[in-house]
This record gives sequence, structure tokens and C-alpha cells, in this order.
Amino acid sequence: MRLRSGRTETTAFNHVILFLLAVFALGPVLVLFLNSVKTSEQIAANPFSIPAEPRFDNYAVAFEKGNYVNTVKNSVILTAGTVIGVLIVGGMGGYALAHLEIRGANIIAFYFLVGTAIPIQLYVVPLFFIWKTFGLLNTHLGLIIIYCATSSPFATYLIRSYMVALPKEFIEAAKIDGASKFQVMTRVILPLSWPGFLTTGLIVGLGVWNEFLIAVTFIHHPDLKPVATSLRAFQERFTRDWGLTNAASVIMLLPVLILFLLMQRRFIEGLTQGGMKM
Amino acid sequence: MAFKIDSRVGVTTAYRWRNILSNYIFLAPVVALNLIVIVIPSLTSIYISMNKWSGLNQPEFVGLANFERLINDPIYWKSLSHNVIWTIFFLTIPVFMGLMGAFLLSGIKRFQMVYRVAFFIPYVIASVVNTELWRTLLHPRHGIGAWLAKQGIEGFDIRVFGSKHTALYGVAFVDSWHFWGFLVIVYLAAMYQVQPDLYEVAILEGASRFQRFRHVTVPGIRPTLVFTLLMIMIWSVPAFDYIYLLTDGGPAHASEVLGTYLYNMSFFRFEVGYAAAIGVTMALITACIVAIFVILRRRGWEI
Repeated sequence: MRLRSGRTETTAFNHVILFLLAVFALGPVLVLFLNSVKTSEQIAANPFSIPAEPRFDNYAVAFEKGNYVNTVKNSVILTAGTVIGVLIVGGMGGYALAHLEIRGANIIAFYFLVGTAIPIQLYVVPLFFIWKTFGLLNTHLGLIIIYCATSSPFATYLIRSYMVALPKEFIEAAKIDGASKFQVMTRVILPLSWPGFLTTGLIVGLGVWNEFLIAVTFIHHPDLKPVATSLRAFQERFTRDWGLTNAASVIMLLPVLILFLLMQRRFIEGLTQGGMKM
Repeated sequence: MAFKIDSRVGVTTAYRWRNILSNYIFLAPVVALNLIVIVIPSLTSIYISMNKWSGLNQPEFVGLANFERLINDPIYWKSLSHNVIWTIFFLTIPVFMGLMGAFLLSGIKRFQMVYRVAFFIPYVIASVVNTELWRTLLHPRHGIGAWLAKQGIEGFDIRVFGSKHTALYGVAFVDSWHFWGFLVIVYLAAMYQVQPDLYEVAILEGASRFQRFRHVTVPGIRPTLVFTLLMIMIWSVPAFDYIYLLTDGGPAHASEVLGTYLYNMSFFRFEVGYAAAIGVTMALITACIVAIFVILRRRGWEI
């Protein structure tokens, strides 16, 4: 325990249980990595074995047969497009809610809370037909618009929470110097609240990269599919080749894992504080 | 003179209005996006639910017929009961693990960051990857079960996702494996807000580790705890990804939930009107959960 007095308790018990929990969390991921460099026969023989001769070839084959050059490009377009869109829209909204006089701000904040609770199944079917009518099916733009909308309440709220914390004096000083609202936003607020934008961007980007339901519904053309849904198709195509499908999964996971390990504080802060304190 | 003052008032009012109006321009994009993608389609769904429509032909208005059909549809009720089981599963096992993990973490300093990262990693992995990983691990001939059988421990080499007795629980297990670490971090953050003095008093009074957890930690993080329980209930209504990817509701609807039932109904069986009716009931269920939460809060529950 965190004791101010000198008395301390043994933490051995904590470490034993925590270690077991960590094995539970990471063990399966480790096995995925191990299996990704094995043949199906090696996996069948012993899923936990460390391969004597790792078959890194699996990655090259999966990368080529899964058409990763194309799907990664698609995912990058979707992720970048959504992150940029959401930061603009959420940044403007967050600024308005934090620093401008908005009548009915409570209603909007209430919508943002309830809006995230609306089950996607309520609107996905009509949205599909609306998108079909406007020719937005099977387009990256169509998907980006949906992603922007579904992540905008969260993004607006999170960015707002960073902007509220900014000292009012900066804004007042800029106003006295004759800055317009737009100039206050771009010249004062934006440079000061960039950590909020970075955190929001990371979390929205993670969500888009991993997203499945909307992508599988709105993109059917194989050349336009992002990594997530094309990986699904790949798994179904090579259902017997465990080594290959595991390698394909690792390719999708690796960028996320690296980015998460580099910026884990931001990820954890954004996902827990922003997500739960709405 | 009077005229002058009047006009000046007029100018300032107009200026004020323009000023306030221009504030809304900043909010307009986010509001417009939500109207177009979420609000308007949601309302359209209510109208579609009162039609017989395949998505291709002319919709035919049938009033509440879809809802009548729903009441008499055993698979609908089966799916709904699975959503309830799913909710109870997530309200208990991951919450228990999250609380335990966070409480143990709050008691250590060394390696705390390492454990936090380790617990959180499954949460950032995509559903398509997690399901692939567990499909391999739980495969009856390649996975853990088969490996145990070879070591002489029989009985675990079963088709977890292929058997109607285990499919739903198997999928819930995989999804909660991905989710519980998130709760650890949320509860840990809340535990650091609890007054350290309370723990000191409890220790001085000879409270055991479990007693401190029960009587200091849990009451201390109660608002966060209740909020996570609420969010779990809300998130359990549209549960989809893991079920769709691992079993697609099968075998024989043994792991069907409302989300997968609706999805297959609209995009594979082309019963769009009926699917919309299912969607409307899902929204009503969510509304009830939120309403109960709000009422309890008004009645003075500290949540």
C-alpha cells in the first residue's frame, strides 16, 4: 500500500498475481507472434514451441497474397482522412463549447453523451441506403464521413476538456489586440492545446485502423478494402494455413503495437479519461 | 434624442445576435455531421421499421406488423436472452478482474508501468486480429486443448466455437480478454483519487487487505465503478464484432445476439423493414438503461 508511515507490507503477493495476469494478457499475443513464423504442421505439433528455424517467409507470402501494399494504402487514407477531418470538426466544436457563448451548450453536451450510446444498428441500415443513393458506397470518402461522425462526439469532448484548462488571460489578451474568434482559435488556442489534438488523433486513428463493422458494410470492392476487412477475407481464403493467417494478423497489429509502446501514456490517458469521464 | 438611443440599442442587439450566431458557426460542422450520419438515419429507421421492404422494391407500409412478428419470433427472444447473458458476463468477470488488477497495482511501485502496458495491449489490438489469435489457440486439433490432451489432460480439446453449449461463452471470453485491461487502468486512475488517510486508518485498525478493498477502495471509487457498469450495459446492446467474426451467431443461433441477427436480416436476408424494427428495439433498450440510471441518480443514489 501507499503508506506515508514507515510500515510497509510485502508486495510479493501483488507481484505473483500481477505476473499471472500479465501472462494471461500477453501470452496469447506472444503465441501469435511465435505461430506467425511456423508452418501449420509445426503449430499442430505444439502451439507453444519456439520454432528452430523461424519461417519469416510467412510474412513475405502473407504481404503479397494479402495485397498489403494496397490495403495498407487504403487504411492509411481512411485513417489520415478521418483524423484530419475529426480534428478540424472536433477542434472547432471543442473551441465553441469551451470558450464561446453557446446557448444550449448543455443540450449539445447531452447529445454527445447520448449520441455515443445510440446503438450503431439503429442507423447503419438506413445509412447504407442513403449512401447508396448518393454514390458514397464503395468510396473512401463515404467511409471517412461516417468515421468522422461516429468519432466526433468523443473527439469534441476530449479536445474541449484540454481547451477548458487553458488560461483565459491569453484569450482576453488576444481579443484586446483585435483578434477575431477565428484568429483566437488558430493563433492562441491551437498552439496551446496541441497535446489534446495529438491524443485525440491517436485514439481516433487507432479506432479507424481497427474498425470492422462499418468497413465491412460500406466497402465491398476488394481493391478499396482496408486492412481489417481484407484480413478477414484473407483468413477465410487461407483457413487451413494457420502460420500464414497469423503472419497476416501480425502485419496488421505491428504498426499499432509500435505506436502504442512509443506513446502509451497518451493512448492510456486519452482512452481512459476521455472515454470514461463523459 | 430618444430616436438616437433606440437605434443604438437596436445596433447593439443586432451586433450581439450576430456575435452569438457566429459562435454557432464553429459548432455547425460537428452538429451537421451527426445529423446526417446518426440522427437522421436513426429517425428514418423508425419509419422503415413500419414498412415491409427488401431494400430494392417499393416499401409497403405495414404499421406495427414488424413488431408483432418480432414478439412471436423465438430467435429474436433467444438473441435478446444472449445479450442479457453477455451483459451479465461482462458485468462480473472483467469487472472483477479489473478491480483485482487495479487494487494489486495500486499497492506496488516497481514495475507498475510495465504491468499497465501489458494489461492494456489486448485492448488496442483489432477484433480481426484477436479473433484470429483465439481461433488458433482454441482450435480443437491445434490449440491449447490439443496440447493439454497430449500431456495427458483430456477434455479440453473441444470445438469451443462450434458447440452450441460453449459458443456464446467462448466468444464472450475472447471479447472480455480484450476488454478487462481497459478496466484496470480506469479503476487504477480512480483508486489514486481515494484519500490515502483512509487506508492508513484502516491499517491502524488492523484491517486485512481484503477488508481494505471492500470497505475503503470500493466505496472510494464507487462513482467510477457505477459508471463503468452503466457503460458496459450500454455497450452490450450493440455487441457485434467478436460474435460476427468468431461464430456469426452460430451454430444454429446458439450465439446469436441482436446485433448479428439484425445484420444478417438486413444484408443477407433482405428483410430491411424487419431489421429496422429490431434496431428500434435495441435503441429502446438502451434508452431504458439510460433512463433507469438517470432516475436512480435523481433519487439520490450517489452515482
